[in-house]
Amino acid sequence: MNCRKMFQASRDGVLAAGATCLFLACATGISLAASLDDNLKAVRAVGSEGKGHAAAIAAVKELSLGSAETLVPLLSAFDNAGPLAINWLRGAVDTVADRALRTTGKLPADKLEAFVKDTARNAEARRLAYEWLIKVDASASDRLIPGMIRDASPEFRRDAVQRLIKLAVAAREEKNTDPALKLFREALAGAVDDDQVKAIVAPLREMGETVDLRKHFGFLTEWYLAGPFDNTGTKGFDVAYPPEKGVDLDATYEGKMGKVKWEKFSTSDEYGVFNIAKQTSPFKGAAMYATTTFTTDKARTVEFRLGTPNAWKLWVNGELIFGRDEYHRGTQLDQYRVQAKLRPGNNTILLKVCQNEQTEEWAQDYKYQIRVCDSTGAAILPAPAATTSRVDR
Amino acid sequence: MRFTLLGLGLMAWMTSSTTWGEDWRQFRGNDGTSVSKETGLPTTWSATENIAWKVALPGRGLSSPIIIGDRAFLTCSSGFRQDRLHVVCFNVSDGSVRWERQFTATGRTMTFPKICNATPSPASDGQRIFALFSSNDLVCLDLDGNLQWFRGLTFDHPNVSNSLGMASSPVVVGDTLVAQVENDSQSLATGVDVATGLSRWTIERPKRANWTSAVTLTKASGHDEDLVLLQSSEGISAVQPATGKSVWSYKDGASTIPSSVISDGIVYIPSQGITALRPPRGSANPEVLWRAAKLGPSTPSPLAYDGRLYSVNGAGVLLSADIKTGEEKWKLRLTGPFSGTPVAAGGLLYFFNEKGLCQVVKPGDASGEIIASNDLGEMFLCTPAVANGAIYVRSDSTFWKIANR
Repeated sequence: MNCRKMFQASRDGVLAAGATCLFLACATGISLAASLDDNLKAVRAVGSEGKGHAAAIAAVKELSLGSAETLVPLLSAFDNAGPLAINWLRGAVDTVADRALRTTGKLPADKLEAFVKDTARNAEARRLAYEWLIKVDASASDRLIPGMIRDASPEFRRDAVQRLIKLAVAAREEKNTDPALKLFREALAGAVDDDQVKAIVAPLREMGETVDLRKHFGFLTEWYLAGPFDNTGTKGFDVAYPPEKGVDLDATYEGKMGKVKWEKFSTSDEYGVFNIAKQTSPFKGAAMYATTTFTTDKARTVEFRLGTPNAWKLWVNGELIFGRDEYHRGTQLDQYRVQAKLRPGNNTILLKVCQNEQTEEWAQDYKYQIRVCDSTGAAILPAPAATTSRVDR
Repeated sequence: MRFTLLGLGLMAWMTSSTTWGEDWRQFRGNDGTSVSKETGLPTTWSATENIAWKVALPGRGLSSPIIIGDRAFLTCSSGFRQDRLHVVCFNVSDGSVRWERQFTATGRTMTFPKICNATPSPASDGQRIFALFSSNDLVCLDLDGNLQWFRGLTFDHPNVSNSLGMASSPVVVGDTLVAQVENDSQSLATGVDVATGLSRWTIERPKRANWTSAVTLTKASGHDEDLVLLQSSEGISAVQPATGKSVWSYKDGASTIPSSVISDGIVYIPSQGITALRPPRGSANPEVLWRAAKLGPSTPSPLAYDGRLYSVNGAGVLLSADIKTGEEKWKLRLTGPFSGTPVAAGGLLYFFNEKGLCQVVKPGDASGEIIASNDLGEMFLCTPAVANGAIYVRSDSTFWKIANR
């Protein structure tokens, strides 16, 4: 009977079994490795709707009883684990580290620091290792953060950017303009959070620097639009109008108010907001389609980050990525994050944006902004000269 | 070993029952009424008076504290995207942190700026903590911080989210945790086995944003069976916690912000003002006892206490009505605005407003009187907890225990 079966056999005896199992595992060494691997495997297998819970509940109990020496194996298990499994592992890491720190006052600082430095590891695990590391060695922050301006962890990037902003502001206050400019530029290169971008761009512009925020964030700014199609009673959200069956920029469609064709638009808003109501017409009960191409030199997974107070659907190369029928519950930069796979060459982006018929003043917004970036929020720019070309037919 | 564990359990129970008063295990207390049996709570306090302790929090939040024996539990969220989820356990004796666990949101974290990811209040069955966040991440820990299970309800159902944020707090009935996650795009309620985290049932709910929390009718309080009352814009659906089966419903509409309250077996629903409803026996229709349009509450939920129903309207006026008829007896202007629901204890009503002011009201038959106004200077959006002779309240950055000293 292995350790997990023991746990499943008797819930009442779980603590006793855990202690016994841990003792045996520690005594034999080999058993510990086997048990640890089995338990990590069980936790990593959790999925949606409670998939794998029975085994994972028993496994995480055992894992949570581990010594500080199990921290690195626990953190290593984050690699390629799903978001749910990562949270189960987080629970075990926090419990093990907290107990070790309270009972011994120590954590394996050298191993944690080596783990943080290993950029091949899961970014969230590295960040978690760092947060426990600085509880026992606060000086680690000064050693590690300065090199993290382009880290895969958004939190590391944020800390590194913040450090540079602080230095830049100090340099500027001391009238050291060139060093301040250099530091602000360096900070901007890593900044992905809008509050930090604003904190950098304002002084840069005051110092005469030109900053293109559309490029910095990777907003898509040039579009062909067709519409309006009927969305009376919000029923058009689920209607597959012709553009959903294939984008043809030369086509003419039967719209809500007569014939419609694709027309070219662009936005000069520096946050890439395309205001349908202002740049076309304040349609109500309407569905508009917008399309553009995005060219890449290689196959890659990207994030599309969308902000809109309107209902929407997004297709990439004809595949529906996501859709949501929520109207006027607020909007902000990066309101929605969805992943999509791009293929080498031109990729067809199709966005459906729906407006309802609410009459309140605050319900008249009909707009969207969308950008392409990596998982940290850093812009992925299109290959040169192909972004605004006509959609391939 | 069984004997040893049993002995330890008995010791823990004896310690708990002899040293500590009644727990406050979920939003608006164990029975969801916001009424405490505590007496002798302080009526006046300030930064230097009757503050047993105050501690800084690791993140934002407007979820209510819950109190289990000698421990207080709070949820917080932090980070630029509010995607770091915190569950913190404090010792009520001195406010020291007993443990803290952190997780990462798997659902959307966008909210109206005033609120944040830590908006729904946690709940407990006395052995476990169930922490639900606006991102619809649901964490179960034991009282010592050991992870029991983790669910991502938006991970499971990607359109279950609200760009303004989610707020419904879960309730525990027997061995089922009931969570309502309702919005314009996809809405559901689910009954989760507290031990395994598996859904016993999941039902579709009205596609309309809804921030109300469920209330429970229990066998222990004289009903035929335990029922969870799910409120929405359509009204009330009374479902069996173990199966999700709807037993009866009220379909005259209801508010999507303030929640219902139950007192002496009558349900007071924020519906067409306030509607008093007698639940039916079996699957018959509920009986409307009275309806009072003027009693319609703003954000705070109504409070039933000592034969009166209290409601705070959008102008910050406290209305006192006869609980048997809905007849208005008196009104009292308070200083608002209010987000949290008031609590009642020891014959007094405590109203924490969004500006940090707590107005203590002594209600009478013909009038009410503000007997004290206590300012702690931070924004209160939460509903406080009352236990162990103390009031527990939190802001976005601070957690206070208010007790006579």
